[in-house]
Amino acid sequence: MTLVSSSAPARDDSGTDAQVAVLVPRTPTSEKVLRIVIPVLTVVVVVAAWQIIIWANNIPKYILPGPWDVVTSFFGPDWPILLPALWVTLQITFMALVLALVGGVVIAVILVQSRWIELAIYPLAVILQVTPIVAIAPLLLIYTPSTQVALMICAFLVAFFPILSNMVQGLKSVDHNLLNLFDLYGASRWEQLIYLKLPAAQPYFMVGLRIGGGLSLIAAVVAEFSAGSSGAGSGLAFRLLEAGYRLNMPRMFAALLLLSLTGVAIFGATSLVSWLALHRWHESAIRREN
Amino acid sequence: MSHVSKVFSNGTLALSDMSLTVGRGEFISLLGPSGCGKSTALRIMSGLGGASSGQVDWPSSKINSKGLPEGDIGFVFQEPTLMPWQTVFGNVYLPLRLQGVGKAQAADRIMTSLAEVGLADFAHAYPRELSGGMKMRVSIARALVTKPKLLLMDEPFAALDEITRQKLNDDVLRLWKNSGVTVIFVTHSVFESVYLSNRIVVMRARPGQVFSDMAIHTSYQRDALYRASEEYRSVCFDVSKALQDAIQQGGGAH
Repeated sequence: MTLVSSSAPARDDSGTDAQVAVLVPRTPTSEKVLRIVIPVLTVVVVVAAWQIIIWANNIPKYILPGPWDVVTSFFGPDWPILLPALWVTLQITFMALVLALVGGVVIAVILVQSRWIELAIYPLAVILQVTPIVAIAPLLLIYTPSTQVALMICAFLVAFFPILSNMVQGLKSVDHNLLNLFDLYGASRWEQLIYLKLPAAQPYFMVGLRIGGGLSLIAAVVAEFSAGSSGAGSGLAFRLLEAGYRLNMPRMFAALLLLSLTGVAIFGATSLVSWLALHRWHESAIRREN
Repeated sequence: MSHVSKVFSNGTLALSDMSLTVGRGEFISLLGPSGCGKSTALRIMSGLGGASSGQVDWPSSKINSKGLPEGDIGFVFQEPTLMPWQTVFGNVYLPLRLQGVGKAQAADRIMTSLAEVGLADFAHAYPRELSGGMKMRVSIARALVTKPKLLLMDEPFAALDEITRQKLNDDVLRLWKNSGVTVIFVTHSVFESVYLSNRIVVMRARPGQVFSDMAIHTSYQRDALYRASEEYRSVCFDVSKALQDAIQQGGGAH
């Protein structure tokens, strides 16, 4: 491990501890390369093993398609069908996530204002959370103007709770002495919220974001499975079902692959946002230096 | 403050009929066994905790709606209590920001305050990059940036090592002399209180009360020489004795 120390300018009146340099851990280049190479290599090995098993056993592609079949099928006849479906699923996922983020934060802020409000609202949130989404979806279909809206509400309900509960936890976990300090300087409730509680809750919000991001995609797909949609404006879940009925295994796998890649991309994006927000100050985003 | 009592919600009598008059420019140490209500007294003075009875008067300050002299009190907690998401600059800016001072106008005062504690070069560092002693300095700079009349310190250096602590003691003395601020310093260290203060208020526990109020006069400059002097040792002895008596009267509080 190499530590690069930028020696701090020491001043006579700055005390013995001012000479302690600010340590910045730096990852060696070889390690950086390995960090990318090792996961990529793992995936390549798994895919290769899959293809070899197909070849060795002569498995026909209507039972189990090889990776090559999936790729040719996707870039051949499938992408004009799958990409619009992916777009629909993505729209539902992101609109649900944005609603859940805004709703989760706003309601969390309202909840922590008073114990009575919390007592009144929190049970409702818990009831919505514990009721299986597949059971709610058909009901929602009856009351909403379109399938898309019903799916979005389903995805929202699933993503909303982890964001809400993390935010509530974060807003409550503020250092008591910092609260005292704000009181001492006569800070208003609003100033306390903007300058203290919301920034202090950031790490918790980021946890909620990462969980909620993944869950909203899963919920969008699960809800579509149970709600069922057809024809124009249908998402990836419908295309998966349809391909299954037609025994079009390569397309099923291609749709599955698209879903996993989307999930990975959402996870990557939310992790990046989290890192960008926290890496300068929060312990969770800092490497341990020993 | 006069005849202040404090009863906690669990029925514990933390302070009983405690009276203390603080003169301008004094450096007072509140010394006593743990549980004697030193910190409680400090919190009541700062307005953070209300007194159950009695009152705190501020003859020389403008009083706000909460009965507190706003902007006239600086508080240093036992922990540095910095906002980890803000830089050192942002942390020291906080009191001014809450008073509605713009960032551009505040910048000079913040840098002066940081320079006084020797951290001008660390304005843009984050708290996690600093050592414990440096964090404490930031906390002191933050308390002094509003130019308060009264600086309350609640065992600020209890968690620091001896060397850092002595250095910070010297810094506090220098800041006190330069600024003319009144300091009330809660500590459980006899040596620290004798080194720093010109008045030591020894408290007893159960109930918390002023046990003895001792003025410390010395011909010495307060430096290493003073620490090694016969006079320092004899004062420490007297104060220790008073503290022992206070502990015995308090029913052997630990």
